[in-house]
Amino acid sequence: MYETHYHRASSVDDAAAQFANGSEAKYLSGGQTLLPVMKQRLAAPSDVIDLAKIPALIGIDFGGDSVTIRAATPHYDVASNEALQKALPALAALAGMIGDPAVRYRGTIGGSLANNDPAADYPAAVLALDATVKTNKRSITAADFFKGLFSTALEDGEIITAVTFPIPAKAGYAKFRHPASRFALTGVFVAQTKSGEVRVAATGASQNGVMRVPAIEQALKANWSAQALDGVSISADGLMADLHGAADYRANLIKVMAQRAVKDAA
Amino acid sequence: MTAISLTVNGKVVSGNVEDRTLLVHFLRDHLNLTGTHVGCDTSQCGACVVHVDGRAVKSCTTLVGQVDGASVTTIEGLSQGDQLHPMQAAFRDNHGLQCGYCTPGMIMSAVDIVQRHGGKLDEATVRHELEGNICRCTGYHNIVKSVLDAAGRMSTAQAAE
Ligand SMILES: Cc1cc2nc3c(=O)[nH]c(=O)nc-3n(C[C@H](O)[C@H](O)[C@H](O)COP(=O)(O)OP(=O)(O)OC[C@H]3O[C@@H](n4cnc5c(N)ncnc54)[C@H](O)[C@@H]3O)c2cc1C
Ligand code: FES
Ligand code: FES
Repeated sequence: MYETHYHRASSVDDAAAQFANGSEAKYLSGGQTLLPVMKQRLAAPSDVIDLAKIPALIGIDFGGDSVTIRAATPHYDVASNEALQKALPALAALAGMIGDPAVRYRGTIGGSLANNDPAADYPAAVLALDATVKTNKRSITAADFFKGLFSTALEDGEIITAVTFPIPAKAGYAKFRHPASRFALTGVFVAQTKSGEVRVAATGASQNGVMRVPAIEQALKANWSAQALDGVSISADGLMADLHGAADYRANLIKVMAQRAVKDAA
Repeated sequence: MTAISLTVNGKVVSGNVEDRTLLVHFLRDHLNLTGTHVGCDTSQCGACVVHVDGRAVKSCTTLVGQVDGASVTTIEGLSQGDQLHPMQAAFRDNHGLQCGYCTPGMIMSAVDIVQRHGGKLDEATVRHELEGNICRCTGYHNIVKSVLDAAGRMSTAQAAE
């Protein structure tokens, strides 16, 4: 790792001020992406500004029809939150499928969304549930937030503070894990909103990162069941192809994971 | 350089470290606690797992600055004098190690798993939750056996308290 300066921020404003002072600063949350990248000398921030101990960034709050997860809340705390397991079980289950227990103790939702890895899990939930990403400057809709591989609508120095998820009527998430890295080879989040709308998002599949899957949305809107997807075929255009799987393999995985997610939906 | 102070295996330690110092390097190179191992450079093998405020984390993926003020337990801090922790004893009795390289991380993760699941632990859960710990020798069979054995010993010990 190259030399760097470590700062522990006491508040969101303090973090933003410290960021502005650094020549090439980066925020640090759980460090489960940034530190491996720094260890490999693929990133060399002049300063790392630790957000993880800022009290305002930690916790899970329930509103009438929504739940807000603050940015520095670790995956473990999301997965094990009993109120969330009741209100939005698919989201708690998704957090419990990220990486391994040690990664879940430290990795956070804010870090995962800011990083926007094309195979990360949280982006699928954010897009399918039409969540709102709150920052220290504004609120960003899910559709506007994700901008392709590893890129987001965040401006330089902007801090994600929380994510608000509307509580759906039903939702489910199924993921075909890469057996070594445990990232999604393809993961699909299905949601039926309280007004009857169906939204489906797939991660790990598209060359442009997380995406909606209209063909599956239409079929599930007509008939919310795994069988309704039997006849659906997903185009392989624009899907990732690598040594782990060809594009048409991923296209089929989208359908199969959607069927599993519907079966598990609650 | 940053001044840091934390508790390691019950003792307060402080020092001045380069800001880029990883917790694992602090433990091994500054404190000579070489039981915590480095097995990979990619945050995947779990040989470096220690407990930070009771949670099993990868010390190779943690800056020591991030744990300033925290309480850290390493493999050296588990036994009570000569008396092995039940997890350590179970690994010995069940032949849960061969070369031993992965063992400190396995044991630290395993203790955390038992603490979270208590008596409800079954084989599938152990296998699933040890995903972040890689062993190149044992084929995992005896590791899983050790963890299940220790889970029993740990809940009996707790019940006796
Ligand atoms: C072995 C392993 C397996 C993993 N498996 C999975 C998996 O299966 N699924 C999955 O989704 N992920 C997986 N991950 C990634 C993990 O979930 C990370 O924790 C997560 O992607 C990044 O979160 P973090 O809090 O660790 O962020 P950090 O590493 O601290 O930061 C990541 C990036 O986000 C920026 N950032 C952090 N917080 C904020 C904020 N609040 N506002 C603005 N920018 C911010 C940082 O500057 C940095 O650029 C895995 C990681 C490892 C090491
Ligand atoms: S050395 Fe820490 S995970 Fe491999
Ligand atoms: S005993 Fe050799 S790596 Fe596990």
